Amino acid sequence: MLLVVEQFLNGLQFGLLLFLLAAGLTLVFGIMDLVNLAHGSLYMMGAYFAATFAAWTGSFLLGALLALGATLVLGIVLEMSALRHLYGRDHLDHVLATFGLILFFNEAVRLIWGPAGLALPLPAWLTVPVPILPGIHYPAYRLAIIAVALLVALLLYLGVMRTRIGMLIRAGASNREMIGALGINIKLLYTLVFGLGAALAGLAGLMQAPILTVQIGMGENILILAFVIIVIGGIGSIRGAFLAAIFVGMIDTLGRAFLPNLLRQVLSGAAASTAAPALSSMLIYLLMAIVLVVRPEGLFPANRR
Amino acid sequence: MKTFTVSKAVTALMLAGLVLLPLYSQASGNIFILTLFTRIVILALAAASLNLIMGFGGMMSFGHAAYLGIGGYAVGMLAQEGVGSGFIQFPVALAASATYALVIGALSLRTRGVYFIMITLAFAQMAYYVASGLARYGGDDGLTIYKRSDFSGLINLSNRTQFYYLCLACLFGVVFLIWRIANSRFGLVLQGLRSNEQRMQAIGFPSKRYQLVCFVISGTMCGLAGALLANNTDFVSPAVMYWTRSGDLMVMVILGGMGTLFGPVIGAVVYLLLEEFLSQLTEYWALIMGPLLLLVVLFGRGGIMGLLGRLNRG
Repeated sequence: MLLVVEQFLNGLQFGLLLFLLAAGLTLVFGIMDLVNLAHGSLYMMGAYFAATFAAWTGSFLLGALLALGATLVLGIVLEMSALRHLYGRDHLDHVLATFGLILFFNEAVRLIWGPAGLALPLPAWLTVPVPILPGIHYPAYRLAIIAVALLVALLLYLGVMRTRIGMLIRAGASNREMIGALGINIKLLYTLVFGLGAALAGLAGLMQAPILTVQIGMGENILILAFVIIVIGGIGSIRGAFLAAIFVGMIDTLGRAFLPNLLRQVLSGAAASTAAPALSSMLIYLLMAIVLVVRPEGLFPANRR
Repeated sequence: MKTFTVSKAVTALMLAGLVLLPLYSQASGNIFILTLFTRIVILALAAASLNLIMGFGGMMSFGHAAYLGIGGYAVGMLAQEGVGSGFIQFPVALAASATYALVIGALSLRTRGVYFIMITLAFAQMAYYVASGLARYGGDDGLTIYKRSDFSGLINLSNRTQFYYLCLACLFGVVFLIWRIANSRFGLVLQGLRSNEQRMQAIGFPSKRYQLVCFVISGTMCGLAGALLANNTDFVSPAVMYWTRSGDLMVMVILGGMGTLFGPVIGAVVYLLLEEFLSQLTEYWALIMGPLLLLVVLFGRGGIMGLLGRLNRG
């Protein structure tokens, strides 16, 4: 029971983190029609910034805030210097150019911070276990991640659905030429959206940093998960990204936790312990394959075209 | 050759260079250059196979490195289990790649555009994780191949020069096959599908079936490259199918010129030589390579072949 609740929360926490990453990716794709592989690099930069700023200021929260600002600025600079020129080009061009950016970022990090990973220690008040049910404790930090991510998801929803900027963003997603013709500064809007996506990726990175080590290439594996989520949820749809992210986070976490035991009941011990790790890492890809067979355009496709 | 063009001249020069390379290596005693170019030729073969689906079929696969791994693991696993004959290893490698391509292609081709890019990427990543989970065959650490594929006296893969010529012959064979495919009725249908799928469907071509066959052919060719690569390094590990390797292959195709016959070969030669050169220059070679790619995408339309074509027109 304890394990089930704990793994369930772990899955929720991982899913929400994935949502932050996938939301930025899907926003940028939905609005600018830009495939950004370097999104994982922004996630990595968020983590590195947080580790550095936290060490400088001596405060985790201050470090996190500074890192958030730094990723936002980095995203804006990146958009204005390089990615802006890719709008309207072939998707293949996007893939290649941002692939080049990944190489660049990984190498730059190696040059600046060195090949060894960094650690981002948590303040004492975030490491205490919090009782959530009678007799069941859960780490405060993971609860904090869940709370922050849910809050950001809510703000994102309200921001996109209820504010003027959000209205422009949605309008830009459905017809970019038209809102340009109506006198909206579309360049500025794009830069803003890209910065927002970068900040979301940075937030995910810096929140994940204390749980895993901060290292080069940390953004690449999770970026692929974010892609899977977008494909499952339907490209350009934030609601789809949210549901798919929770779904994928749950399946991945619960699969890794319980699949070995389940397999052991069907297969012999040795066969189960070989098959389980491979099968549990395959699980979400299988899920994606099933979704594609049933609904090739994703579960919640955004209304485009 | 009907007319002289710069791109034809460059291609001919490069091919002559590739054929004569072992002579140079022997004369100068520079063994390293032969080893380097064996790798280049093998990856050029992989890039050429990717060009078949990307350039002629219009299918942007971002998971092509998976076949390198599958072909390599077929050789490695059989060697591990005591089956050393290349007459078994290579057909198994090709069959395994073809089967994987059939399944992945059937699923991925339900989507198009950017979905297709992401799906092929995700499936290749799945293959990567499966290989990492193969505890019996080295898992994450990879699998050492103690004996190269044995072709019972026909050809000795442990001889550097013979192995190089085998790889080169495979490359020429594959390029020839791609040339025949591109100019066949089948290839013309594919190129029609690339330009306008709806219209081709309206004429009555079953588009998915054509694309799937092309996808499988390309995957099988790349599986051959995988089997050769494993023999070249005497080693196979999940790292050969990591997604950055798929990206490398895509870069080679684009750099050389997508949809041209020899473009990917030139792209592979230039990309890998550049990588070699930059990594000798500085440890942080990717710091230069990354922005260089960005510039190629932004300004170098049509890749090297496109550039040579423009030179020709003056």
